[in-house]
Amino acid sequence: MAKEATRESYGKALKEFGIDKNIVVMDADLSKSTKTEMFQKEYPERFINCGIAEANMMCVAAGLASCGKTVFASSFAMFASGRAFEQIRNSICYPNLNVKIGSTHAGISVGEDGATHQALEDIAIMRALPNMTIINPSDAIEAHLAVKAAIDNFGPFYLRFGRLAVDVINDNPSYKFEIGKGVTLKDGNDVTIIATGLMVAHAIEAVKELNDEGINARLINIHTIKPIDKDIIIKAAKETGAIVTCEEHSIIGGLGSAVAEVLCENSPAILERVGTKDVFGRSGKPNELFKVYGLTPKDIKEAAKKAIAKKQ
Amino acid sequence: MDNKSLEIISYKIRKHAINAVYNAASGHPGGSLSIADILAVLYFDKMNITDPNDEMRDRFVLSKGHCSPALYGALAEKDFINKEDITTFRHIDSYLQGHPDMKNVPGVDMSTGSLGQGVSTACGMALNAKIDNKDYRVYAILGDGELEEGQVWEAAMFAPHYKLDNLTIFVDFNGLQIDGNISDVMSPLPIDKKFENFGWNVIVIDAHSYDEIKDAIEKAKMTKGKPTAIIAKSTKGKGVSFMENNAGWHGMAPNEEQYKIAISDLNKKLEELGAEIDG
Repeated sequence: MAKEATRESYGKALKEFGIDKNIVVMDADLSKSTKTEMFQKEYPERFINCGIAEANMMCVAAGLASCGKTVFASSFAMFASGRAFEQIRNSICYPNLNVKIGSTHAGISVGEDGATHQALEDIAIMRALPNMTIINPSDAIEAHLAVKAAIDNFGPFYLRFGRLAVDVINDNPSYKFEIGKGVTLKDGNDVTIIATGLMVAHAIEAVKELNDEGINARLINIHTIKPIDKDIIIKAAKETGAIVTCEEHSIIGGLGSAVAEVLCENSPAILERVGTKDVFGRSGKPNELFKVYGLTPKDIKEAAKKAIAKKQ
Repeated sequence: MDNKSLEIISYKIRKHAINAVYNAASGHPGGSLSIADILAVLYFDKMNITDPNDEMRDRFVLSKGHCSPALYGALAEKDFINKEDITTFRHIDSYLQGHPDMKNVPGVDMSTGSLGQGVSTACGMALNAKIDNKDYRVYAILGDGELEEGQVWEAAMFAPHYKLDNLTIFVDFNGLQIDGNISDVMSPLPIDKKFENFGWNVIVIDAHSYDEIKDAIEKAKMTKGKPTAIIAKSTKGKGVSFMENNAGWHGMAPNEEQYKIAISDLNKKLEELGAEIDG
């Protein structure tokens, strides 16, 4: 299976859609890593490096957007969402300006850089902001379409990309990207696994293994964390009675919490959350980290079985 | 516009500010009074703005957003908002929020209030003009206490780096912040040398001298390749006798008795200037 990092796809999409003169791309000294350099090479006059100053970058982006530009402001997820949180809140979301935050190196799979660079809270803090749309693509194809959707739809977006090359899983003709709509990858009635980002690939493996063991799991890819696809979650709760959420993020405040909110308010069901358990990360290779923090296909499989057992 | 007319406008702006804060029983009179003269020169003499939605208009960002009463006063005198609405400031159904909201107030170019952010957004607006080859100019007013925010210095690096000579910022140098003298709380001094070292064209003026404000703005327009920082030495509370140079009036509303004295002070000045007194 082909592999590509979603950040790579982000860079390519910016280059492709950058022909639109209304687009400005900004970075904070990480253009080689966030891949915005692909845009820079093509359109240097509309690429703005802000240096290592994320707070200023977000507000410069707001100023450009107030004059009509579509602005992509890029950095690592940690610094974009964390360092510049209040700038995003007060200067971008409050005035509802057309700024797209291109966050790369999200999650534990950043790897060797360790805890200070592993954003595991970014979805939680961005999700709390009014006017913000959050997309966490599962592969390069979805990442490309997320960039397109962010350009086509007005308002603040938080686009969450990864450093690690991940399997391309959406290369089928029936795949359709729509903001706020989950994608059912497999039907099933015993349990529903709802995954986002690179955890979708892990969930695909888990579902196969569950199938081999006679468990018929439904699998849903949720790329848009906000607005969350309530309908697909409620339907899954009613039809399967047990839900497992999977995210490369803390179980607090992210997909797991968003799904829990929908369930509690509409159709209570058993819920197991796969994600980091209110802890910081550490240095290591991505696959080692997935094991240490319980994010492997095996962990998803076990969570599914636990959820099914709780139903009885 | 002649200086006398500008002074009349500045005192009308001051009256709006006092009326706003008194009727809200909250708000920031001190810093609003200190920037009234600069706002009068910007909106009635130097800024190219007749339609607040015109893409080619000059922009203004009140980076010290808590001084919204003065900005609303200027916008009211400009007839971008209704003068009668001033007394709804900070009220539950009012569009005149405690801090400026660009979505709902005609003439507010950026929502501000969190210190340090407005100056960066002004950089963005100036940069937009450079990218699109437009010749509008961007102005911002910062507080001197605001300079303690690290983000101001990120912006201070950014603007000269991108040669934003279409950007002019004023530092309202009244020497006071909530907790006291800026030099006691956390000194940002020397302000002029800091901006010079960051690569700005720096002009130090008296914030209440119309000739000096006008002259500084003209010098900024003529300066190529770098932004201009106008360090405007001001009197916090300017124009209201008991508020002048008193940090206590940073964020406090006058009571009825104090309000009457304040309005009487401002009316007296307007009378001296031969202006019609209304309200």
